[in-house]
Amino acid sequence: MLEKNSKSKKKKTSSNGHAKAPFVLRPDCLRVLDEANRPNTKVEPKLSKEVLIRMYRQMQMTRFFDERGMLLQRQGRIGFYVPSFGQEAIQIGTSAALKQNDWIFPSYREPGVFISRGASLFEMLCNLWGNASDVCKGRQMPVHYSFSDLRLFSVSSPISTQVIQAVGASLASKIRKEKDVAITYFGDGGTSENDFHTGLTFAGVMKTPTVFICTNNQFAISVPTAKQTAAERIADKAIGYGMPGVAVDGNDVLAVYAATQEAVDRARRGEGPTLIECVTFRMGPHSSSDDPTRYRDSKMYDAWAKRDPIQRFRQYLEGKKLWDAKKQEELEKELKATLAEAVEKAEKEPAPSIETLFEDVYEQPTAQLLRQQEALQKEQELRGKFENTSEAFPL
Amino acid sequence: MANLTLVQAVRDALLTEMTLDPRVVLMGEDVGLNGGVFRATEGLQKEFGEDRVMDTPLAESGIIGLACGMAVNGMKPVPEIQFMDFIFPAFDQIVSEVAKLRYRSGGGFTCPMVIRTPYGGGIKGGHYHSQSGEVYFTHTAGLKVVVPSNPYDTKGLLIAAIRDPDPVLFMEPKRLYRSVKGEVPEEAYTVEIGKAQVVRPGKDVTLIAWGAMVPVCLKAAELCEPRGADCEVIDVRTLVPLDEETILESVRKTGRVVIVHEAQKTCGFGAEISALISEEAILSLEAPIVRVTGLDTPFPYTLEHIYLPDPERVALAVGKVKNF
Repeated sequence: MLEKNSKSKKKKTSSNGHAKAPFVLRPDCLRVLDEANRPNTKVEPKLSKEVLIRMYRQMQMTRFFDERGMLLQRQGRIGFYVPSFGQEAIQIGTSAALKQNDWIFPSYREPGVFISRGASLFEMLCNLWGNASDVCKGRQMPVHYSFSDLRLFSVSSPISTQVIQAVGASLASKIRKEKDVAITYFGDGGTSENDFHTGLTFAGVMKTPTVFICTNNQFAISVPTAKQTAAERIADKAIGYGMPGVAVDGNDVLAVYAATQEAVDRARRGEGPTLIECVTFRMGPHSSSDDPTRYRDSKMYDAWAKRDPIQRFRQYLEGKKLWDAKKQEELEKELKATLAEAVEKAEKEPAPSIETLFEDVYEQPTAQLLRQQEALQKEQELRGKFENTSEAFPL
Repeated sequence: MANLTLVQAVRDALLTEMTLDPRVVLMGEDVGLNGGVFRATEGLQKEFGEDRVMDTPLAESGIIGLACGMAVNGMKPVPEIQFMDFIFPAFDQIVSEVAKLRYRSGGGFTCPMVIRTPYGGGIKGGHYHSQSGEVYFTHTAGLKVVVPSNPYDTKGLLIAAIRDPDPVLFMEPKRLYRSVKGEVPEEAYTVEIGKAQVVRPGKDVTLIAWGAMVPVCLKAAELCEPRGADCEVIDVRTLVPLDEETILESVRKTGRVVIVHEAQKTCGFGAEISALISEEAILSLEAPIVRVTGLDTPFPYTLEHIYLPDPERVALAVGKVKNF
């Protein structure tokens, strides 16, 4: 369910600096697939058939999950959603290069990273409802997943806070002489934040095993990359922090995998951090509350739509005789059924109980919290049900 | 027992816990080779190595963000913010991340750490080396806020904070770093977080203070004695979670209250304590609650001795509530 903003009649002028050029992938980007989706065998990663197909399945599941998330929001069944349409190759390509013990510090637009690590679809969906089976007990907006047993760090809304935290987690591993690395995700807008700067500064100085993934999808809500930085390439920022920086075609899962694998290997060998800029395009809205036709030229969308990362990878697999229309049909059926089952189950879960409001503020509730809880219980007894007076986000 | 200054008690607590627990790591600006600008970490890098006592780049948000990630991955960080006035670049990491992590992850992730920071005036530090920023943090669910006033409590509370499962902001009254000395046991011990202490019993007026205002209140109590007011002085020690019982018990006895803090008056923590007393003990009150605080101005340099509450100003307030 990609945004159909190509149908939009509104055309933005380019006078305000908004992106204007029709699509040309920057020539500096590492790529395995060319525009006809043929692999460059010199840089093509050697992955087993099983791994390739697993990656494809995960990309496809990420797309279906996003489509479902947006649909549930449009149907009024959940309050909010953040899709990652067009960014599946980055999520799955990076994840595939990780070991299960590596730390992941995601942003809010990485459902595929959670899917790839093995997070339960049911629990992810429960997060969208914020219900009693949501790991976060309904305390955050949808898509702010957290899976501590999978080393998938809790998603925050403030931008790039996770970047420096990933450095800390990887420093702890380094001090204990463990081989785990930490990977962290942020957008092009995120590179303007203080925590991007401190994160890369500290990682460079402390030579931590950290891999920084910048998903340059060219827009931070409505603001184009040209208004975030005057640097020609985000990858170039790496030099200022004393680490390698590479740019890759973010719609080429094999290129993303190859770059990440190299960075992860470097980190594991104790050779320090790497910044990877994955150049892509946010095919959907920023979130279910956003209308990209207000600020985005449909030509850009059309050009990138021809480079859909899932289609490109499928063609590659078909070229290797690993995929065909029948397999695709079966896969779609299977994944959609799995998802539908999880949706049905998650939607039936009740809201979290009132007592959960007071849990996890501290390990043990303070006397003040206990008294407030008691007062709330008495209020409930007195007035019965609480009326839900919330307006829809963001009005 | 050793006779230590307050800053030596800080160092002693760190040394003690680092020896006992290899997960404890220190980080901050100048804390390594230089031992901190106040020497609170003197010699610790030599003792424990650069992996455990880290000189970081000069970025407070980075220091706290780094500590957050380390805590998530099993370490016990004790980051130092060189002066509390410099904590604000780290406000987002402290308030949005460190304090909320347990809650927002449903208890899945925690980041116990102790953020040590010298605070307060009276050292000719001007307004960027003198502020008392406690209420920015007492207003944040998920943080504990501890302020010792003497060397014994400093060591005991700091060890308790390091062992605490939740993040603690540990505010060190730098005016008292070298001006107070006291007996401090050499072994590890804790002073319970969340317990106030009556440091001077009295029957007429309750003085409530923390950190560097505790000795000011004790001196004020001495001034008041010949003037006919027997003051009880409470050292709050922990602002969050607040020991309400110790405060209320004293108020029920005296019926008269003066709250003293360095920070400016409006929305200062004195307002919270005052509200608590009105909610829980209004029928015990014999006089309005009076606050003696800093002014609602930025912290001054030359006239800081006039800005800051001193024993005479507290004694005047005591006279006011006594004679109401």
